[in-house]
Amino acid sequence: MLAIQLEASMRAIDDAGLSPKQIDGILPSQYGPTSEEIAANLGIEELRYSATIHMGGAAAVASLEHAAIAVATGAAERVLLVSGWNGYSMQRARNILSKNVTVLPGGAIARDYYMPYGMTVPAQWYALIARRHMYEFGTTQKQLGAIALAMRKHASMNDKALMRERSLSIDEYLRAPVISDPYRMFDCCLESDGAAAVVVTSAERAQDRRHRPVYIMGAAAAHPYPADEITNRQDIFRTGLTDAAPKAFAMAGISPRDVDFAEIYDCFTFEVLQQLEETGFCERGEGGPFVECGRIEIGGELPVNTHGGLLSEAHVLGMSHIVEAARQLRGNQGRRQVKDAEIGVVTGWGDFGDGSIAILRN
Amino acid sequence: MDKPLPELEGLTKEFYNWCRRGDLRFQRCSRCDMWRHVPREMCAGCGSNEWKWERSQGKGTVFTWTVAERPMHAAFADDVPYAPVVVELDEGVRIVTEIVDCPPSELEIGMRVEVAFAKVSDEVTLPKFKKA
Repeated sequence: MLAIQLEASMRAIDDAGLSPKQIDGILPSQYGPTSEEIAANLGIEELRYSATIHMGGAAAVASLEHAAIAVATGAAERVLLVSGWNGYSMQRARNILSKNVTVLPGGAIARDYYMPYGMTVPAQWYALIARRHMYEFGTTQKQLGAIALAMRKHASMNDKALMRERSLSIDEYLRAPVISDPYRMFDCCLESDGAAAVVVTSAERAQDRRHRPVYIMGAAAAHPYPADEITNRQDIFRTGLTDAAPKAFAMAGISPRDVDFAEIYDCFTFEVLQQLEETGFCERGEGGPFVECGRIEIGGELPVNTHGGLLSEAHVLGMSHIVEAARQLRGNQGRRQVKDAEIGVVTGWGDFGDGSIAILRN
Repeated sequence: MDKPLPELEGLTKEFYNWCRRGDLRFQRCSRCDMWRHVPREMCAGCGSNEWKWERSQGKGTVFTWTVAERPMHAAFADDVPYAPVVVELDEGVRIVTEIVDCPPSELEIGMRVEVAFAKVSDEVTLPKFKKA
């Protein structure tokens, strides 16, 4: 796990036109090596700032916010964010959770009140919300399928996507085995080996680098209430993003209508639909119709997960969503380039519904 | 492989001890009367530390569920398909549970259910539910 994180870090630092010694802040993932280990390997002698955000899959984008805060306050000048794991070859998420639920917020709650009934993994927790959404708003299995198909289509345009050569039809989607109803096989993200990294610095320092900079217009993160228990929420659809998104848009001074593309944390198909609603791209309850008719495909009204996402590119804990947003805003992404992309949104979803969002521009 | 059981400590021990005696009880705030589950040290509504274990009528409705068809935990490999269900008790609290007499394919949101205790070890009795 350390090796691939270091490789991604070196590539990001090089891509930024920097040397490792110029990095003075690190925000590592809660699941990987510590900032101390990373600094020792990269030769970062002056580590002035480090922190780890415990928000599961929402941590990468929340870390982007924290890096921006660190740079804005002068706590650090050049901050490295890195995530990655050997989620296929070394350790599957389901096994980590069944051995040690205390990696979760309220881990004892999952152990004492969920696991005795066989509710042990995210596919099962989140399916509870998906099922309720289908009941309240008439969201259909085919609409969830439209999300899986869009991600797969985008992966076919991405040479680095694991599923680049594996096409998917709606019939194949519907025929696939059920994992945890309503989630079928293709509703669930990949389990893969991979790492990704990003460097954040001030707008001034980012000038005259190898690439034109991508700017953070706004960012926010938030928790649902209560964050440690997923079933006793007055409004079961109110997740961290519900509170974070309006803050980020206010900070950016734009509205969801101004956004050219979105990289939405897609651990499962329904989470894409729900985050599209809670980010404000459509009204709550309208996510089902919204994802149909190619609207979220490249060339559509709001291309979503232009790299293929966790569902079809690779599961890199959300960091690859930030990398892809930056690439789209630099341009020249070949067939998968969103035309005239100027503003992109990246979200994170983690644990029992923690949420994070960043609004980026070129 | 044994199924995971709750660790009987603190308030969780008290909750499951009531269940062992065939009594479904939840915490209820002594100041603002709000019911709560899972057990908490204080009332998140009014801040009071005063509360008591109050008996639930044990009746409620199915709020949502999922059907696990692929085992994700070795101890449940022989149980698939099975359905973790969220029941909303008439007192307002929700609980993760299982409906013992309803096949997953017949579950419906809004279905009326009542508590049916299931002894799973000498120490632990789980609150499960059956059709009302």
